[in-house]
Amino acid sequence: MTDTSRRNFLKLTGTTMGAAMLPFLKAMPAHAQTGGTIVIVSGQTINSLDLHRTGTNRASYQVAVNCYDRLVSFGTKDAPGGGLSYDYDTIVPELAESWTISDDGLTMTFKIKSDATFWDGRKVTAADVKWSFDRAVSAGGFPTVQMKAGGLERPDQFEAVDDETFVITLDKPSKLTLPDLAVPVPFIINSEVAKANATEDDPWAMEYLHMTPAGSGAFQVVRWDQGQQLVYERNDAWVGGPLPSFERVIVREVPSPATRRALIERGDVQMSFNIPNKDAAELDAMDGVDVYSTPIENCIHCLCPNFNFEPFQDANVRKALAYAIPYEAIFQTAAYGRGAPMWGGEAEITDTAWPRKSPYMTDLAKAKEHMAASSFASGFEVPLSISLGLADWMEPTALLLQEAFGEIGIKTQIEKIPGANWRTAALVEKRLPLHLENFGGWLNTPDYYFFWAYKHGHLFNSSNYLNEEIETLVDSTLHIPMDDPAYAPNIKRMFEIAFEDLPRIPLWQPALNVAMNDAAGYEFWFHRQLDVRPLTTATS
Amino acid sequence: MAARSKMILGRVAQAIPVVMGVVVISFLLTRALPGDPAAYFAGPAADEASIAEIRETLGLDEPLFQQFFYYVGDLIRGDLGTSLTTGQAVLTDLGARLPASLELTLVALLLSCAIAIPLGVLAATRPGTWVDHLCRVLVTAGVSMPTFFTGILLIYIFYYLAGLAPSPLGRLDFIYLSPPHVTGFYLIDAALAGDWETWLGALKQLILPATTLALFTLAPIARMTRAAMLSALSSDFIRTARAAGLSDRKVLFGYAFRNALLPVVTTLGMVFSFTLGANVLVEKVFAWPGIGSYAVEALVVSDYAAVQGFVLAMALLFVALNLVIDIAYALIDPRIGLN
Repeated sequence: MTDTSRRNFLKLTGTTMGAAMLPFLKAMPAHAQTGGTIVIVSGQTINSLDLHRTGTNRASYQVAVNCYDRLVSFGTKDAPGGGLSYDYDTIVPELAESWTISDDGLTMTFKIKSDATFWDGRKVTAADVKWSFDRAVSAGGFPTVQMKAGGLERPDQFEAVDDETFVITLDKPSKLTLPDLAVPVPFIINSEVAKANATEDDPWAMEYLHMTPAGSGAFQVVRWDQGQQLVYERNDAWVGGPLPSFERVIVREVPSPATRRALIERGDVQMSFNIPNKDAAELDAMDGVDVYSTPIENCIHCLCPNFNFEPFQDANVRKALAYAIPYEAIFQTAAYGRGAPMWGGEAEITDTAWPRKSPYMTDLAKAKEHMAASSFASGFEVPLSISLGLADWMEPTALLLQEAFGEIGIKTQIEKIPGANWRTAALVEKRLPLHLENFGGWLNTPDYYFFWAYKHGHLFNSSNYLNEEIETLVDSTLHIPMDDPAYAPNIKRMFEIAFEDLPRIPLWQPALNVAMNDAAGYEFWFHRQLDVRPLTTATS
Repeated sequence: MAARSKMILGRVAQAIPVVMGVVVISFLLTRALPGDPAAYFAGPAADEASIAEIRETLGLDEPLFQQFFYYVGDLIRGDLGTSLTTGQAVLTDLGARLPASLELTLVALLLSCAIAIPLGVLAATRPGTWVDHLCRVLVTAGVSMPTFFTGILLIYIFYYLAGLAPSPLGRLDFIYLSPPHVTGFYLIDAALAGDWETWLGALKQLILPATTLALFTLAPIARMTRAAMLSALSSDFIRTARAAGLSDRKVLFGYAFRNALLPVVTTLGMVFSFTLGANVLVEKVFAWPGIGSYAVEALVVSDYAAVQGFVLAMALLFVALNLVIDIAYALIDPRIGLN
């Protein structure tokens, strides 16, 4: 069997003999020399090739990453936990050759690479950029919200001055604008192709681009069988970055984690994307399989006591919770030690590092002291809500919490909410008295996290927390540069208030786990989707 | 012949109120599902305004009866709507996934019958012997092991350890192109195209999942065959046949087996319809793009169009299946006339 295994087969495909023998490869246009094929398995399903479309799921964002270009991208750095990671602090060109920002920070001028072309050979122009940005701010839903985070709200902010010059005018300067241009949303579409397929009802060609991407990116989709596979083929004329090593990338959907594990262990696939913590811990101990567990930037698994529930309005009760949590046991049981601990940090806040450890640790004596000092010394009952869609980490965590809270007189019943209702119950209606939550921000600054998770009424503030000082601090910090003299003191103050008031009790920072067998070059991205562009064979 | 087509037409006519009922009930039931599809599909960072926007796009802000009229209107035009989970037209989804499930289920049932019916007959003719015990052990093991467990076990032994089975990657390994679409059954389509390499590839992918399902469906068929054969063999007409000096073979297959087939066919129909919807777990383990996992995923996110389409397709399939079974009855048992 070893002679005919997939690994050997893939090695053969580089040679003409391998390609001539197999029907699928026969059907692909023949490319000579470099490259070959990489097969990747993932448990997620892709439901659209267009990120801007209503209802496009997260797994589909990878198409925006691999098939389209943005004006700019993030650089690369070494990741904690091995492998590479995107680098939030470095912005590098993708379709833009260079850019300038006016002194008042209100005008951004981008020069587009003169040799950049779409897949159909037409030159990428500033008009295409303008059309694509107009689409992102007009489409509604998530893309529009994400554009707004960078201060990009209306089509009149974008101007194509000439073929190669694109200008953005901002209402106010913001440190988030440039990074927001590097997230998957503002990708650049071949507007001529799109307009040719637009209709009166569908001016943004949502129906067409949903099935047929039209971009300038490193890969083209040559085949998409919904629910089964996505096949990428390299665009040799790509100018957005170094030419990818693989000529063809096959992403197969395999829902069962056990099957994915068997495939990666045997080496029949080269990469298994987003594997469970348990498999990551076990595969890591094996030879031949490389596991990358990257702590997800700006993401924390939290326990959230809701301020609408009377006992949690008492600061002593919230502190009692924070001291009663068996952090280490939860981290080992629910996360198999993958990720980073978020407890037992320094009491004094001296820097702006984020996510940061809370000053709390497991200390039952202190927890009981706080309970005794509260007005609920005799204890109370509260449901502890978890999402069935996230049961893999929420369920073991909830069980351990239930046991620990029992010891300080807080009786909890675990309430399991179906995945479809979770968002509505936890985030929209914000009606769960005590629950687990896992917000992660794409733009990696603490104030951005606070904006979504600590400001009153904002989506991820599922605790109904309201603190006037936090409101003003976030508003005044969100858009100022990180080297502004007010930035660091403001951030530190936010941390102090957050740890004192505890509307979110940090548990741990989760990790994104990826296993590779005979492949290398994996790079972690904040969007937690697969970027196939930097992948290489293990030997190269 | 005229009598037969009349009967078939009668049956089809009887199905019309059933299908109408299914349309109403599936519509109401999906609306009764907890969860808000608009909030779900608005994505992770949506605010109130964008959720409302999406609700409007999906037509969910309209009153219920209005939505129902739109739905029925679309249905009459043959439009089942668009699934939010897969992003495709529901008709396209069903067209791609139903054949995948049917192919798997049919192959599994053929395999299951090929083992279960002879086993049941043997067990009935030799009650209390080792064949009977073997039948009992196999049947008990088959039902008591959940399909996902059998599936993973088979993968572990035949793929992971022995390396005999191909990668459990769905209907075809990635090195093959799917055959040109005619019926959607890869085995048939590949044979029609004369592409025997792909045919073999598709067959290889089928073996493990079909065995898994066959093991599970073995039990009812084998038990039913055994019981029906036992009661047939103990009846008066068999005694008469034996007394008349007919050969054992003639008695067994000519008289006993034919009579025993009726309950077996009924069971088969039930097992088939049950398996088609219930093989979700096998589909997940073998990455099989079937109808069961489609329906479950659609349910989880309250994807109305997909759930309704699935229920409707299954209802139509059941009507067709019952028709086929009725015709089979008439062929097996001359007492059940065609008129």
